[in-house]
Parts: sequence; C-alpha cells; structure tokens
Amino acid sequence: MMAKQQDVIQVENLTKVYQMGEVEVHALRGVSFTVHPGEVLAIMGPSGSGKSTLMNMIGCLDIPSSGDYYLEGEKVSTLDEDQLALVRNQKIGFVFQKFNLLPRATALANVELPLRYAGENGKRKDLAREALEAVGLGDRITHQPNELSGGQQQRVAIARALVNNPAIILADEPTGNLDSVSGDEIMNLLLDLNQNNGTTLLIVTHDPEVAKVAERIIHLRDGQVDSEEVRS
Amino acid sequence: MNIFLNLKEALQSLNANRMRSLLTILGIVIGVASVIALLSIGQGAGNSITGEIESIGTNVIYILNGSDDEDVTNPKDLTLRDAEALASNTRADKIAYVAPVVTGASEISYSDKGTEASISGVTPDYLYVQNLEMAEGSFITQSQVESRSAVVVLGPGMADSLLGRHAGVVGQTVRIGGYPYRVVGVTEAKGGSAFNNPDNNIYIPISTAQTRLPRSSNPDRVQFILVSVAQAEDADAAIDQISDVLRTTHRIPPRSPNDFTILNQQDFLDVASSITGVLTIFLGGIGAISLLVGGIGIMNIMLVSVTERTREIGLRKALGARKADILVQFLTESVLLSMIGGLLGIVLGWVISVVVGQIAMNAGTPLDTTVTLNSILLATLFSAAVGIFFGYYPADRAASLAPVEALRYE
Repeated sequence: MMAKQQDVIQVENLTKVYQMGEVEVHALRGVSFTVHPGEVLAIMGPSGSGKSTLMNMIGCLDIPSSGDYYLEGEKVSTLDEDQLALVRNQKIGFVFQKFNLLPRATALANVELPLRYAGENGKRKDLAREALEAVGLGDRITHQPNELSGGQQQRVAIARALVNNPAIILADEPTGNLDSVSGDEIMNLLLDLNQNNGTTLLIVTHDPEVAKVAERIIHLRDGQVDSEEVRS
Repeated sequence: MNIFLNLKEALQSLNANRMRSLLTILGIVIGVASVIALLSIGQGAGNSITGEIESIGTNVIYILNGSDDEDVTNPKDLTLRDAEALASNTRADKIAYVAPVVTGASEISYSDKGTEASISGVTPDYLYVQNLEMAEGSFITQSQVESRSAVVVLGPGMADSLLGRHAGVVGQTVRIGGYPYRVVGVTEAKGGSAFNNPDNNIYIPISTAQTRLPRSSNPDRVQFILVSVAQAEDADAAIDQISDVLRTTHRIPPRSPNDFTILNQQDFLDVASSITGVLTIFLGGIGAISLLVGGIGIMNIMLVSVTERTREIGLRKALGARKADILVQFLTESVLLSMIGGLLGIVLGWVISVVVGQIAMNAGTPLDTTVTLNSILLATLFSAAVGIFFGYYPADRAASLAPVEALRYE
C-alpha cells in the first residue's frame, strides 16, 4: 500500500518483540498512527508503555519486528543499516534528554557533525554557524559544552538537529534535565522552529506540562495506543 | 569524511587521555626501537665478520681434512707429502705457494708471565701465502724446518702481552710447553679482530710442531694446507688442480668423492653470511615480539576506549554515521598511536645502535651498526600494520554497535 502524500509519518501495525533470555518481551503490540507535516505531536505514557521503543522505531535507530513505517512516503522499515544511517542523517533531527554533545568539541564542531556525515564540506561551517544563530547562540560558537549552561547545551543540540533541514525533529524528554525556566525556553524555541520552518515536531515525554503544547497527544499503554487526544 | 578532520579528531581524542596514549605509544616505541637496534646490531656483526673474511684475501685457498660427503669411507689425513705434491706438481701451474699448517694449544711463557695459546707450526712459504711482513728479525727458514730448531716468530700483539714490548725482542727466550725457544722475528702489525688476529699468532717450524706439540695418532697429519694463487681469477682453476693432485696422492678411485674439503674465500663468506643472516633474523624476531606486545597494548587500550565511548558512538550513529565512518574513526586513532610510536621508535633505535657501536668500539671490537633504510621502512610499515591489525577488532566492535543500545549505554 502506498503512503498518502500528505502524511510525513505513517505507522501501520508496528510490533517489536525483544528476546530477553528465555522470555519474549512484547514492547509494541501493533501501533498505528499518522503524523501530518508541520504537526506538533506528543507521545505520552508511563514507563514500560513502549514509548522509548516507539521513538527508536520512528527515529530509525531500530527496526520493527513487523508492521510498516513510511517516512515522507519512503518505506523505511525494511532498509539496511547504512540506508537507515542516511535516513537518520537527512530526515531526522534528534534532541535528547541528556543533550548528548561531544564533550571536547566546540558548539560549532558539534553542530557540524551531521553535515560531516552528510559529506558536506564547502559550506559546513557557514551552515553550522547559521543554525547556532537560529537558536540564539551566535556568540557561543567556540564554547565547549562544559562552558555552557544546561539550557544553552540543549540549544546546541537543537541547532545540531536542525542543521540538515530534517523532515521531523524527534525530542525525547527535551526538558527532563533542565530547570523550569530553561525548560520553558527550550519548548518555546522548539515551537518557534515548528512555526517558522514548518518542521514536524514529535515530543516523547511523561510530563503533561510539556505535552500540553502539542496539537495532538498519543497515549501509549502496554505497547498499544490507549487513547488519542486532539487539542486546540 | 575527510582525512584531515579525521586526523584532527583522532588527535583530540588521544590528547584527552594523554597519559594513557603516551603509555600505549611507549609500548610501540620500545618494540620498534628494539627491531631497529637489534637489526642494525645483527647487520653490524655480519659486516664485521664478512669484513674479516675478506681480509683473508681472495687468492688464498684452504684445504681441510675430511669431508661432509656421507659416501666417504676411510678418509686419509692431509700430510706434509700432500703439501709437497701440490708444491712440486708441474701440472698444477696455478698454485703459487703451498703452506701446510700444524696447530696445537700449548702454554707459552716468559719469565713469570704465561698464557695458553694456539701455536702454528709452519713452513717458510706461510709468510708469502698470508702476505705477512717482518717488523724485525726473519720468518721461519727452510733450514730451521729441516733441523727442527726451537725458534719462534711472534705476532706483535703476542709479543706485547708476553714480553711487554714488540720491538727489540729478537734473541729473547720464551718457553712453549716447557721447552725454551729463541725468538727470531716479530711480524708487522696487520690488524684484525679478537676472533682472527694474525697479530696474536705464534709461529714455530712445522717439524718442531710435529714432534713437540700434543698431536694426533698420525704424526704426519697437518690440520690444514693453505694455497695461494698468483691471480685471484685463477682460484677456480687452482681448486680443480688441487683436487686432481690430492685425489692422486690419496688414491681415490674415479667417481668416488673427495676425502678432503677445499674452501676459498667465497665459501667462507657464504657460510658466514648464512650464519649472520640467521643471527639477524633471530635478533629481529626478538624485536618483533616486543612490537607484538606493543600492538596488544594498542588493542587493549582501544577496547577500553570503545567501551568508554559507547554513548558517543551511539550518538554519531544517530546523527547519520555509517558503519564505515565509525570504523575509520577508531582505526585512525590506533594507526596514529602506532605511527607516532613507530617514528619515535626509529629515533630511539637509531640512538641505541649508535651507542652500542660506540661501546663496541671502545671495547676494541669495531661493530659497524648501520641503520639501513630497509630497516626503517620495515619498522614503519610494520608499526602501521600493527596499528591496523590490532586496531581493527576494537574498531569493528565500535562500528557494529547497535545505535539504540549504544545510546542507552550508561
């Protein structure tokens, strides 16, 4: 079945089974949903609900046991390792709870990293600098992560997620390691980017405060979609 | 990914664990330095041995008792008669001089100083075969051989150590095996090494040696016969003539093997170079073992590094790094470690070989420890190969990490 053109993400009956020794763990038991371009979607659920597993599938970090996943119309659930790497590089921007910056590299070098794997050489520094300016860190490009506050580090991570112009930004508990003030700033920044660039934003969180910025919230429970809540 | 960025990143990462990197490099430095130093020492030893053999001269042929041919039955000893036959045979026209030698170990003493030494019983022609010059007095004469005179000619080194001087010693009396001998001459210093130095030789008439030195059951036996040829090019022809003459005197039937061995300088060189070749390989092998240990050090530290940086690897994969990108990143680090170690090791190995050469020189054994371009190339290639070989497994492990698990790693 062809994916509908207007959906940026189309997930159909996705399952994931882990073999833990003798025991089979069903982390996902048939999840289906679609995401429209430019949408802000939150995925919520208690721990063990399968939201991390789902995020790994959507982020092309892991492959499903069964079911289909179309990203911008391309069936990615059957790609091999290197093809997945390319998809992650070109179409997905990750924002992690723990920022995951390279500790000994400057903000600029951190943002350059996805461009390097994309094979971009000529405009690499300029693009990285622009991305850092877009998140308000134009004056911090030579700082290393340990010279930046938590909020600033997460901004660098967002700049890194943005720099390849991805179809979706996947934010996993983006405010989990931040105080409430910088947490709000980060959420506002993500929403601004969504408004201005039209980048689809997926937020995985257990925090209702964070989830309430989303237009739609998918609640997961026991590896299945429990309920879908459409807001505003 | 461009190489320059890769190198820069690898250097940064090695620099972040400076002590660890330095210790790992040290392992390679020691390995490469020992390969370089030991190879150059082996080469130096080989050079000085072949140098000595070359100093024999290309126009001297050695005839030795016995043969290593298994078909020889009942071999006959070389005797003075064989030497006379070689010298007098008119068909053996390539032969210039023939010098049979009887050797034996005996105590030589002067007043209260004595030493155990090897004594050579020789004929007058020995002087010409070996190209010796007399510093004073004269060499053993034919009449001294005929009359079994108790006379001795000393090398200058031997004269020095025995009499305390090498000039004005003619007429002194030394004792060999308890018998008094009158010193009739001292040879000119010729130089050489501890291993074969004509300056330390002691010559007495061959007839005297046959009666007075401890001898084998056959009183006519000589240990070896030296033959010189007028022209070095005639050596091969001379060897054929010697063989013909000796087969006749030993009554060897046609098609039976010789019961004696004829060697010229080339034969000695071949034997020596095969021995020193083995020595060099052996020494190089010892060095290679330490290089191997250094390589295992690289592998060890890279495995630690991969484990420590699991999250970083996961992140890079999430950002789009392919398997090959991670592989190259970690291989660059291990090759960089081994190449830096290799370069420092070449310098250290060079220093060691120069120092060893100096020490050998001061000890009186010139050892030309040359570091050849070959051994430098060998060490460089070898250390790069060590980096790739021992770096590959950790790098492959890093590259094969599943991105999800790597990101989840605490």
